[in-house]
Amino acid sequence: MSIASAETGIIGGIAAKFRTCPATGLKIDLAAEKLIKANAVAAVVFLAIGGLFGLLVALTRWPAVHLLPSEMFYLVLTAHGLDVLLLWIIFFEIAVLYFASAVLLSCRLATPRIAWAAFWLMIIGGLMTNVAVLQGESSVMFTSYVPMKAAPHFYLGLILFAVGALVAVMVFFGTLVVARDERTYEGSVPLVTFGAITAAIIAVFTIASGAIILIPTFLWSVGYISHIDTVMYKLVWWGMGHSSQQINVAAHVAVWYAIIAITIGAKPLSEKVSRTAFFLYILFLQLACAHHLLVEPGLSAEWRVFNTSYALYLAVLGSMIHGMTVPGAIEAAQRKNGFNNGIFEWLRKAPWSNPAFAGMFLSLVMFGFLGGISGVVLGTEQINLILHNTIYVPGHFHATVVAGTTLAFMAITYLLLPLIFQRQVIWPTLAKWQPYLFGIGVAGISLFMMGAGTLGVSRRHWDITFSDAQVTFDYPATAFLMMGLNGIFAIVASLGGILYVLITVGTVFFGKKVDASNIVESLGPMPQKQVSGAVHEYGGAGTWHLPGTYILVTVFFLSFVLYYFVNWKYLSEIWPLS
Amino acid sequence: MAIHPPEERIWWNERIERGELVWIGIAFLWGLVMFSMMVYWHIEGKQNLSNEAYRIDPAVFEKRTEEFTEKFTVREDETGYPIAKPPAGGDVYMLARLWEWWPMLELEKGQTYRLHLSSLDWQHGFSLQPTNINLQVHPGIEHVITLTPTETGSFGIVCNEFCGLGHHQMVGRIYVVEAGKSQ
Repeated sequence: MSIASAETGIIGGIAAKFRTCPATGLKIDLAAEKLIKANAVAAVVFLAIGGLFGLLVALTRWPAVHLLPSEMFYLVLTAHGLDVLLLWIIFFEIAVLYFASAVLLSCRLATPRIAWAAFWLMIIGGLMTNVAVLQGESSVMFTSYVPMKAAPHFYLGLILFAVGALVAVMVFFGTLVVARDERTYEGSVPLVTFGAITAAIIAVFTIASGAIILIPTFLWSVGYISHIDTVMYKLVWWGMGHSSQQINVAAHVAVWYAIIAITIGAKPLSEKVSRTAFFLYILFLQLACAHHLLVEPGLSAEWRVFNTSYALYLAVLGSMIHGMTVPGAIEAAQRKNGFNNGIFEWLRKAPWSNPAFAGMFLSLVMFGFLGGISGVVLGTEQINLILHNTIYVPGHFHATVVAGTTLAFMAITYLLLPLIFQRQVIWPTLAKWQPYLFGIGVAGISLFMMGAGTLGVSRRHWDITFSDAQVTFDYPATAFLMMGLNGIFAIVASLGGILYVLITVGTVFFGKKVDASNIVESLGPMPQKQVSGAVHEYGGAGTWHLPGTYILVTVFFLSFVLYYFVNWKYLSEIWPLS
Repeated sequence: MAIHPPEERIWWNERIERGELVWIGIAFLWGLVMFSMMVYWHIEGKQNLSNEAYRIDPAVFEKRTEEFTEKFTVREDETGYPIAKPPAGGDVYMLARLWEWWPMLELEKGQTYRLHLSSLDWQHGFSLQPTNINLQVHPGIEHVITLTPTETGSFGIVCNEFCGLGHHQMVGRIYVVEAGKSQ
């Protein structure tokens, strides 16, 4: 028996309260809304803390500044990785999962109480690990490679956090079942929800890997297990560590599709192609833990080659598909909006002053050009010899996780604030500049870390001048310059980050209430549809013509090929070894 | 829109546009090229990671390295480290421990050596600079790498795997000299 009205739905004896979104007409479960808010707020808090730690790291690695003493540096570096890579991103992803299920499907969230339990478990776990790190006995880096040992509550906190995240993912799956049972949508789930499902499936694999390795490591830290194999640890740990980055990829690609749908009305070029691309992630991304084992002893070359390439680069194929279909969808939508002149009018007249769109597009470009290309090069078996554990590695993953994921999440925040928090963004002018400030900063730190890494500068290193070492080595002056520039751009990125936190927190507390009268303007500047009738001229059923996108992907492809072979050239110049 | 269910219910039967198909084809082929490059480099390339590795008790590895050093030490570095100069083409040992690479080595340019690497305690990162060769060193595993120095000079070995508070002080050295000469 089911009775559903605009305000309440009672299904199988379970009551849920809904409100109707004035912008989209979606029915929003109030319990889901509260949970989305809680998880997003927790995410932003950890971003603020972890981001501050990141600034301290960059300022210490700026040789002329060299801010922190060594012990504090390693502590802060551990905390930085933990708070931003794990806590900020996973909390935000849980918010995205609830949004993509309950909100987009107009459905009640399954078991809100269990979702709250998951939330608190994640909070307790996150705090516990933070406490362990700040106490100073667990400066083992985010990766905590054995046999280096952290305090037991370092591992226990991570386990509790992971269990919480797993429960939240189950609530997401439960919500999908509820939506299907209660027929809250017609046909297949939306593409954004499909992307979120991809992220959630990878999350299950990821968290399982985490449990498989962290539980024995915890037992080892308290003395019940005598030995953990070091290579096995890395293999399974990266089953969590790398796969969790693939949750991010799936989630932020879903966010890209959501943002372009809301801001410019973009439709996927082809549902089939975009969904298949997501599906490739599910099938192949997990092999990527091999990226971290390319210069380890004891693994065969066949194993390394097959796994590091995700079979035959089939997960890279997925990303390259999105890399074309996302700008393609933007171009098609903009041309339908009437910006049909020349090759690039659609791009020039995109809503660049809307921080949601601007952040999304910067995220797309930087994830592809900086993060994607460098990731494939870094993960090429032999080329890894000249890059492993250099600061090129953090250069790469700041392009993927910060320029890609974090910037995409910041961008969608500007839509979630009016839609979910029902508040109008305060300081719209500053908000307009925020993605650019943050984006430029992150592009700088990624590029200069990669540059320094190419010159051999080590990651996770307190002092590349070796001032207190018995034996020393002189890095080239260019490496020092790069590390200095990295510090400067870290300041720029931090300003963008601080601005984001201030705008978000300020809006939640002081933003003007949003209702039906001002919801549309609250979503930020939108492209003004041209009334010249271009809609009729362009894009008949199932046909489109996307010259701008073809040029963009051609530039991307040529950069990719060129950079790839340049690195083979570098490799060929080092000492022969076999 | 991407936030709504697909417009066509049977979306898996919709036709894929040619532009999209072409791009998918290019991307797929590029993947094959990149995959083949790694295989090709194993056949024709000169820089490949050695697959030769053995389980070893750190104490045994320490003993072997000490014997090697005792036998081949030719002089001391100004920092007091012994410098071992093994015969060209021979086996060379170097151990990693908190926080040093031991001993230092003197090799001849153009000669090929079998370098045995292992750690006595935690993981370390063997980062040979400025030539920029980076290898992971594990405790309990002896990695045997065949390498041929191609340039003379003094090369630093920076530890690039975080190994605790003295990590940034852990630097070793390899000298490379012209064949038949010594420093």
